[in-house]
Amino acid sequence: MKQRNAILTIIAVLLIIVFVMYAQKNLDMYIVRILNVCAIYAILGLSLNLINGFTGLFSLGHAGFMAVGAYATALLTMSQTTKAQIFYMAPLIKPLDTLLMPFPIALLIGGILAAFVAYLIGAPTLRLKGDYLAIASLGFGEIIRVIFTNTQSITNGALGLKGIPAVTNLWWSFGMTAFTLIILVSLINSSYGRALKAIREDEIAAESMGVNLFKHKMISFMTGAFFAGIGGGLLGNLLGTIDPKMFNFIFTFNILLIVVLGGMGSLTGSIIAAFIVTIGNEVLRFLDESMDLGFVVFNGKVGLRAVVFSALLMVVVIFYRHGLMGTNEFSWNAVLNKKFWLKPFTRKKPLAKGGSR
Amino acid sequence: MTLDVFLQHLANGISLGSLYALIAIGYTMVYGILRLINFAHGDIFMMATYFAFFGGVTFGMPWYISFPLVIVFTAILGVLVEVSAYRPLRDAPKISILISAIGASFLLENLAIVLFGGIPKPFPAPDLFTNVIQIGTVAIQRVTFYIPVVTIGCLLILLYLINKTKTGMAMRAVSKDHETARLMGVNVNRTISLTFGIGSALAAVGGIMWGMKYPQIAPLMGIIPGLKCFIAAVIGGIGDIKGAVIGGFVLGIGEIMLIAFLPDLTGYRDAFAFILLIVILLYKPTGIMGEITAEKV
Repeated sequence: MKQRNAILTIIAVLLIIVFVMYAQKNLDMYIVRILNVCAIYAILGLSLNLINGFTGLFSLGHAGFMAVGAYATALLTMSQTTKAQIFYMAPLIKPLDTLLMPFPIALLIGGILAAFVAYLIGAPTLRLKGDYLAIASLGFGEIIRVIFTNTQSITNGALGLKGIPAVTNLWWSFGMTAFTLIILVSLINSSYGRALKAIREDEIAAESMGVNLFKHKMISFMTGAFFAGIGGGLLGNLLGTIDPKMFNFIFTFNILLIVVLGGMGSLTGSIIAAFIVTIGNEVLRFLDESMDLGFVVFNGKVGLRAVVFSALLMVVVIFYRHGLMGTNEFSWNAVLNKKFWLKPFTRKKPLAKGGSR
Repeated sequence: MTLDVFLQHLANGISLGSLYALIAIGYTMVYGILRLINFAHGDIFMMATYFAFFGGVTFGMPWYISFPLVIVFTAILGVLVEVSAYRPLRDAPKISILISAIGASFLLENLAIVLFGGIPKPFPAPDLFTNVIQIGTVAIQRVTFYIPVVTIGCLLILLYLINKTKTGMAMRAVSKDHETARLMGVNVNRTISLTFGIGSALAAVGGIMWGMKYPQIAPLMGIIPGLKCFIAAVIGGIGDIKGAVIGGFVLGIGEIMLIAFLPDLTGYRDAFAFILLIVILLYKPTGIMGEITAEKV
């Protein structure tokens, strides 16, 4: 059984590699771009899931960490001439204007900076119980936006950055998703991961078992922020332009939707949901545009897509609280089991409080 | 800075603080009773300003008919949100309820964009309130004086309701313990809905006056005031109504004074509240009026 699963995993990984190789060369730009966004959203979903789903901290500042990563990576990879061109309101400050780094190092620095910012936010708020983290992290996400809009000589203010080299391709995005997944799986299956789950289930019980609450919460929060920074960096170098407005609360909300839809506490669930949400977002684009169905003209309205999405989130939370995967992970045994396909609704449900067995 | 300019800023600060206080009361009441950040509260406030717009502009009602109707409809909307988004999740883990709250908030915002359009609209403020009065060299809109008076009035009525009536007693009982309150014959669900109704009605009062002071309404106008008012509630000590009012005033006056004395920092106006929040959480985690409660196992 174990051998079979290992072979299946290797085959799946090879298939994905072949697919990426094919897609990068042959599929059209639009589809490649959507696939890239899917993978980046998967990274973001995974990182938020570590904080929200596995540790039970309700963080709403993810867009802020992404902004830090995106700006750091972009500024470190843009060429000197491009920087001189776009910073016409106020010149870029000294070391940054000539600094140029290879993409991987810039990405890493972006992630580390995001983690450092997470430390600054977490130090006062993670010691507190209750919802304070939610509101403080939400506030932080807004502050980052305000700061980035006002620091003209570092971030170019509201004008944003343009002409960021488009380095991100499918290899980068899928590769980083795999990297994130591997790191998070190892973290969650380590003794640290068990401590995180214990904190999620019951803080007081965990503390009395000798788990250092603050330290473990901080590990989870900073790791999540690190990968959010990397995701942001990939996104910036995919889109080519970033501005502070992009990283608003709606962005965090989309990622939260991914985490909830996939199942809080299921890594594979987050990846599946990232693809569903991103592709769904593209498919539902017709809602924002007018459309002639032949017999009836459908008048789309700008914003209708967002209405559908918010309603979807509420429906998922209210009627299907555990998401697609609950706290289960993808496993070959389950997929190859015939009963799995025959009776999708009799599957063993996770515990009512969102705990795992 | 001359004295009259300072007084003008102070008047603006007090009226902004009063508006924050009115909205913060809604947050603090809901938090007190459900231990939930009602993310949709800022959007209920936004909907109130649109109701007032439709009452005044579309149906051409005079303000003394339209404003009471706005308050009633907003209260109904608040109850609707509670019944549809929060009641099904009463026993769910907290994180699910918070997500549902965010979902409700986004639904209201996006519905407003689709139904009312994204372009800001002028608020139909009656001249009676917007007239400018001249005191020496200081020119101030009348509504700036009315706002604190209305806020204090609402606060007194609310405190009477909560401390002296049976309904208020039921609310206090539910906020202590749902189960015990139910055993004592309190209809818990009805009490919670009523709390949402009252909170939303106060948000409507706040919305109407906000519209008169800053006469431009837009679908996303509720987000930032909503967040700030929650912060005001936390600063004052969440769950405590007087605390929410104090927090509102601290935040409103502080914000206006920051701009008045340090005009360079105007761009950071929205960040001020959050920085204040983090500082307060560091030194007094339960807020100004909050009490420290030990968690029983």
